[in-house]
Amino acid sequence: MKTPELLSVAKELRVWIIEMLAESRSGHPGGSLSSVDLLAALWFSEMRGVDAPGGIKDDRDRFIISKGHAVPALYAVLAKKGFIAPEELKTLRKTGSRLQGHPDRMRLPIVETSTGSLGQGLSVAQGLALGLRMEGKKSRVYCLLGDGEIQEGQVWEAAMSAPKFGLSNLCAILDANGAQIDGPVSQVMPLEPLADKWRAFGWHVIEIDGHDMEKILHAYKEARELGQSGAGRPVLILARTIKGRGVSFMEGKIEWHGVAPDGEQAKKAIAEIRGGGSNG
Amino acid sequence: MAKATRQAFAESLVKLAGNHQEIVVLDADLAKSTKTELFAKKHPDRFFEMGIAEANMIGTAAGLALSGKLPFLCSFGCFLTGRYDTIRMSVAYSQANVRLVGTHAGLGIGDDGHSQMGLEDIALMRALPTMGVFQPMDARETELVMEYLVNDWKGPAYLRLTRQNVPDLYPEGRVFQPCKLMEIVKVDVGRPGVVCFATGAAVAEAVAAAGALLPSGIAMSVWNVHSLKPFDEEGMLAAIKGARLVISVEDHSVIGGLGSAVA
Repeated sequence: MKTPELLSVAKELRVWIIEMLAESRSGHPGGSLSSVDLLAALWFSEMRGVDAPGGIKDDRDRFIISKGHAVPALYAVLAKKGFIAPEELKTLRKTGSRLQGHPDRMRLPIVETSTGSLGQGLSVAQGLALGLRMEGKKSRVYCLLGDGEIQEGQVWEAAMSAPKFGLSNLCAILDANGAQIDGPVSQVMPLEPLADKWRAFGWHVIEIDGHDMEKILHAYKEARELGQSGAGRPVLILARTIKGRGVSFMEGKIEWHGVAPDGEQAKKAIAEIRGGGSNG
Repeated sequence: MAKATRQAFAESLVKLAGNHQEIVVLDADLAKSTKTELFAKKHPDRFFEMGIAEANMIGTAAGLALSGKLPFLCSFGCFLTGRYDTIRMSVAYSQANVRLVGTHAGLGIGDDGHSQMGLEDIALMRALPTMGVFQPMDARETELVMEYLVNDWKGPAYLRLTRQNVPDLYPEGRVFQPCKLMEIVKVDVGRPGVVCFATGAAVAEAVAAAGALLPSGIAMSVWNVHSLKPFDEEGMLAAIKGARLVISVEDHSVIGGLGSAVA
């Protein structure tokens, strides 16, 4: 898929996110919307072997959503890909649903691992990358992290070890939207300089605007080519994003981290996304 | 003969690894103590030294399991359960086919003190959904439990092992019944007045106690519990029929341990 198509897919995903959150009356719009463009480019242009439920292969590329609260964005992707029916999105967060508020591998194996307790996904992604490499598979493993999330110590344990094992098939994507529940990341627990920190741990860092589709596609390509070149280094894509991206009254607003829109707000949000410019 | 169950575990691991290419091993700078260095020497390409970073080791093992490997991750029991949230989320609630191996069970480790002793590990691991909890009483049973964990058990499991030597107790020729109680000391005549359940290193102590009670006319049977979860409730109910006293012995807090399982 090329950029214009991806932009239209991203719009559709945003609409579905708003619809499912409004239906469930709870959930996390801010961090779901900030990661949509990154996920659209990844799932509809970059990842291999995930084209249809029937086409799932052992040597497929893998995706782990470590920032589990943004899973509505992943559910929207899975619906668009055909892994789940779009109607099922309405069951988000309902008792018995496969679409739990945070990803649950026991109900929906395509999420690869259960997350929601922050800071754990990168370690699992690393193990998967190691195992797939041992099996001689060409699969690449992607892991979406939040910037607030990387305050967890386990992330830095994984940041230490992935370069040790030369995991060039591992690509972490940092959705740096700058905000977490209690306030701006810079105040809650400052993390900058982010790029320097990851580089110092041995990662190849690509810093981009996480809403610029061309730049996102280029970053994935650079990461893949670096992996194929045998450089032996994992890649971190440091994506600068805006929380709530695509819905003006949510953008950059911390209060939209974990509050769902009501019916009126959802209508307004969807109208804006549908009528919006190139990036929704 | 006497041997530490950690030693028997490592020997069994090396033996099984020959026919099971899916076995990989992770350790957190304790390979000399958990004895996984035996495996590391034999299969360096299947051994991952993760440094003093247990949470990342647990998550990495979960990922390896997702790729089809059978990871054994090893450290002291207390250090593994110290990273409980990662075990809970990335292993138990993800149903990752991981074998967590916690050595240095209980007071039996000796002088290093409580910071190195697994004292609550059985309780914590039993509480996790999908997690099996196993503790063999001697070297032979360690080998049998290992075969079961490699060939038959599906999903996550915790294997608890001793630092210290334990005497050979496994009865010659007895067929191993996974997840079932095994009678180690049988009362010759009639029903026993006292029924004792024991696990791990405590089984030898219970056997000695049964011998010591005999001259006083107290007949005590001893049952070995190698599987704390699933726990053989049916077997237990049959064993305690008519008993005047039921006791449990373990090198672990009675809260959440074998004592709680029996109660």
